[in-house]
Amino acid sequence: MASYLLRRLGQAIVVLLFVSLIVFGLLHALPGGLVRAQLGPKASPFAVHQLSVAEGLTKPLPVQYLVWLGHALEGNLGFSYKQNTPVSTLLAEYFPRDLLLTGTAIFLAVMLSIPLGVLQGVRRNKAADYSLSWLLLAVYSMPSFLLGVIGIILLSITVPLLPSTAQNFGQGLATDFRVLVLPVATLTLGNIAYYSRYVRASVIDNLLEDYVRTARAKGAGPPRVLIRHVLRNSLLPVVSLIGISLPYVVSGSLIVEALFDFPGMGLLFWDAQQARDYPVLLGIVLLVSASVVVGSLVADLAYAALDPRIRYG
Amino acid sequence: MAERVALLEHDEYTPALASGLPEEEDRRPVWIDNLAIFAANRLALGGLVVLVALALFCFVGPVFYHGDTTSANLLNENLPPSSQFPLGTSPEGYDVLAQLMLGGQSTLEVGFAAALVATVFGTLWGAFAGYVGGFVDSLLMRVVDTVLSIPFLFFVVLVATLLQPTLPLIVVAIASVSWLSTARVVRGETLSLRTRDYVVAARGFGSGHARIILRHLVPGALGVIVVNATLKVADSILLFASMSYLGLGVPPPATDWGRMLTTGINNVFDNYWWQLWPAGIAIVVAVIAINTIGDGVHDVVDKRIRTAAA
Repeated sequence: MASYLLRRLGQAIVVLLFVSLIVFGLLHALPGGLVRAQLGPKASPFAVHQLSVAEGLTKPLPVQYLVWLGHALEGNLGFSYKQNTPVSTLLAEYFPRDLLLTGTAIFLAVMLSIPLGVLQGVRRNKAADYSLSWLLLAVYSMPSFLLGVIGIILLSITVPLLPSTAQNFGQGLATDFRVLVLPVATLTLGNIAYYSRYVRASVIDNLLEDYVRTARAKGAGPPRVLIRHVLRNSLLPVVSLIGISLPYVVSGSLIVEALFDFPGMGLLFWDAQQARDYPVLLGIVLLVSASVVVGSLVADLAYAALDPRIRYG
Repeated sequence: MAERVALLEHDEYTPALASGLPEEEDRRPVWIDNLAIFAANRLALGGLVVLVALALFCFVGPVFYHGDTTSANLLNENLPPSSQFPLGTSPEGYDVLAQLMLGGQSTLEVGFAAALVATVFGTLWGAFAGYVGGFVDSLLMRVVDTVLSIPFLFFVVLVATLLQPTLPLIVVAIASVSWLSTARVVRGETLSLRTRDYVVAARGFGSGHARIILRHLVPGALGVIVVNATLKVADSILLFASMSYLGLGVPPPATDWGRMLTTGINNVFDNYWWQLWPAGIAIVVAVIAINTIGDGVHDVVDKRIRTAAA
């Protein structure tokens, strides 16, 4: 266990270093360079040179990388000239909202896709399984903004029940709840389509295992076999599935936040893209990637801790 | 296969066996067998029919149906469906039906092109990593892990911000994230193929590394590669739609289904349903069709692997 933990930790650190290298590389691949991006195309060569020296851009690239990495580790991700705020301040404001949005969506999706997947697995190739499979395939084949807009049409336009925008987020619990329903539902539905396929497959596999036959043979009724034996074994992969799905969920949140004007990092990222605010763009990429790496690390370790058979030799 | 075993057991004389030639049945070209397995999956067959129909609609449709998609006409803006405009008009006064054909062209082109680029690149990357092994393999796979851990939409937006939004560069941006799963799958296959007798034999004959990878390892893994590539077309279409929604699609007046859908979403409060549903349904139908085709291709590959193992 200890060696697996160490190796998995080492892997995560290597991946994080690579992410930082990619972000740093992109920062320097900007058309016209970082200084031109800040000062604009009409800046005089003198001004460009001055800012380059001030930002340390005249030093050799490896030195610049180490300096930049040192700053990033201290939480200094640069300064947004467009918003006149340090990037880290912006992230500290927006990131918790994303944890709320994606965290709720993942939690609900897991809670709902388990019974759905079990139902499909047990009623395999029956009407219930077929209709659910088709419904979920349709959801899965939908761009998330189409899914979200269907929600808006149904619940904000046809039946004016919920607000179609989450701009007003942060004005008290009652509004926040109403405002969050549609974005969370959109993200959750997409995730259910993603998760329940795996739960279904896992249940079907487990139903064919010897231990199920043993349990039946000793007289356990179908509910007991399902809950005490099959479910417990089918749920384990869901833990690592959450880890695998993190990039998918975070990507989905970018679209959902843009659609509902939810003030999270996806919207911040999109606005920064429109404004060509590079320090913010790259700071966000660094932070979301780091969260994904840490999230999948936690999922993998939890999986190894929960299943004594997992000892990646 | 089972039949032939039975023949041998009964020690019956058959000319085909005696001459060492395959039986009559086995001499049928492989692709006919594959087609039969594929066609046995009715859903996959249906998916193929739907996809071909969509492609004909987009690429041949404009020959029969002419509608204005290039010159804005404010007199015709946001008109509901009528005999003149079967699917109504856009906010610029373009004919939505004609736009649907034109937009489908770029959507399908990007979907297939991005899947092709990603598959070729990912296959080479994964086969090389799996074949070389050791430190280089770990390094190459950590690169894959790294890009995988950057949420793909963020990465695509970043790449698209650095590049200009032209069709080929959109393909590159989408391929830059979708080659990763191919690389992983192909590496896994390569790891199991590289110790097979036929690869060892090839090495014994003095085949170079490039030849072993390209002529022996990649063809050996072709089954999983093709299944993976099929599903990648669907994913690329969805990713392209998301990019268009974020304003990173093709520049107007060129269009794609994602951009049309975005127009419909922007006008959803005016209840211009004809701007929303045609493109939305087209995307969903195309993606579902491709997924069912992927299922059928998977059947073919699966059956071939099982027959080979039997």
